[in-house]
This record gives sequence, C-alpha cells and structure tokens, in this order.
Amino acid sequence: MRACVVTFPGSNCDRDLAVAFERVLGVRVDRVWHKRTRLDRYDLIGIPGGFSYGDHLRPGAIAARSPVMQEVVRQANDGALVLGPCNGFQILTEAGLLPGALIRNRGLAFVCRRVDLVVEGTDSPYTRGLERGRTLRLPIAHHDGGYVVDDEGLRRLEGEGRIALRYKDNPNGSTADIAGVLGGPRNNVLGLMPHPERAIEPLLGGVDGRALLAPLLAA
Amino acid sequence: MQARVSIRFKDGVLDPEAAAIEGALRGLGFDGVRGVRRVRVIELDLDTNEPEAAWASVERMCERLLANPVIEDASVEILKEG
Repeated sequence: MRACVVTFPGSNCDRDLAVAFERVLGVRVDRVWHKRTRLDRYDLIGIPGGFSYGDHLRPGAIAARSPVMQEVVRQANDGALVLGPCNGFQILTEAGLLPGALIRNRGLAFVCRRVDLVVEGTDSPYTRGLERGRTLRLPIAHHDGGYVVDDEGLRRLEGEGRIALRYKDNPNGSTADIAGVLGGPRNNVLGLMPHPERAIEPLLGGVDGRALLAPLLAA
Repeated sequence: MQARVSIRFKDGVLDPEAAAIEGALRGLGFDGVRGVRRVRVIELDLDTNEPEAAWASVERMCERLLANPVIEDASVEILKEG
C-alpha cells in the first residue's frame, strides 16, 4: 500500500495522521507539500486536520483550491482512499468530493472533548467489518463542525448508506447528528470531524481510531 | 473599477452567530428585531473599466472561490470608478 499525507500551511495534525497510518497499517508514508501539481499514484491519501490558511474566507476553502487538490480529486474519483479528519473534512467538502458544508458550531464555542459516535454506513473500506450500531469514542476539537446539507442531499446520503458516523450526543448542531460522510465511486472517501488519528494509543486516551484504519489493510 | 460582493447564508441555513447577535439585542431590550442576517462583504479593485467584463469576471470568482454555493448566495455590484 502506498500512502501519503498532504500538508497545507496551517495543518497541525499532518504528522499525527502519518504516524497513525504507519503504526496501524505498517506502511511508509510520504509527506506531500500542497504546492505539488503532480502526485504519484497513491492507495491512501490523508488530508489532515488543522487550520489551513488560518481558516480565512471559510475553513478549508483556500486549501481546497491548492494545486495538489486537483490531483487528490482525480485520484479519489479513480478509487484511491482519501481520509480527511476535521479540517480535512472541511477541505474535502470545499473541494466538492463530499456533499454539504461545515459551519460554526451551534453553541459558538470551540469544542474539545471525546465524544461517542455510532457506526452507521458499513459499506466502505473504512467501516467494513464494523458492526452497525457499534459505538466508537473519538476526540473532537473544532470550532466549525456544524455539518449542513439540504433535505434532498440528506435523503440521498441516507438512501445510499453514506453516513458513516453519527454523534450520540450532537456537540455542534450538525444536521441529523452527522459526524462523518462517505463519498467517491466505492465509498473510498471519508470525511469526519472526529480525529481517529488521535486515538490509536492507550496512552493518548483510547484506541478506537484504529477501528476505522485497520480495515484499510483489506481494502 | 471596483466591485462589491455580498455573501450571505442561503435561506434555511441557520447561522448561530446571527442568532447570538439577535439574542444579545433582545437582552439589551431591543424587542422589535424580527430577524438578523450576517452578510460578508468583499470589495475588489479591478483593472478593467468595462462594467460587463467586470461583472462576468467577479461572477466567476464567486463560483470558483468567494462563495460556497452549497450554503451561500453571493450578489455582485459593480461600483463607479474608484
């Protein structure tokens, strides 16, 4: 498996994501600067959390127009695994790889804590083998995690089984408690506000993040 | 030539910041406020002096970057020579 993690100015979870890929999947991870216009073919591409471009204009908006993202979109549409936690989720929606958008948390405050998530869509390389209804406990840390999608978009997501995770106790006002969304031709793109890469070692308070990464070995 | 782009949430997108402003106004005793909308304004200085070319160009900027059509509407005004 060939894996990379893209770094934008203001990314701050890029190393965490690369280490998570290395530890859980046993792969070597290339680090890719966002200015790259050509990208080798990868099986797994990480779009990390952080505050790319200081969240200017809209979170993820400017990163989504980075040169490298055209390549990421192309490879995603070609079936490559693309995982975007937190700011990565915002970037993937801004790039049009996932439906909807993320706006300021309903309660207006930055939310930083562990939350319980319910696994829903299990037809994806990330959630295959997980039991539908299983609870995962993952950390969140965001100010703009309110997922917005219109009624038609929500019906489509639900009908196609593309809601990967829902919050048990909605921390940010997301539509229909949605925490993670699948996209791409074979549900190969996963965007989510929680941070699986921050939950792969007991020392860091949990290992449930491994549950979303380990299935990729069979993908 | 200058252009002004006004970007606001589409109807149906609940803006928590606007709701907070509305709540604060009520708290100050301004009971007559029935709605609050936040509008982001971006002003652009453009090379061209042709209004139609300016308008078309700024519309493309809105589609490509300035607004997110999933949640926002943008309106463009072309201002007099600035």
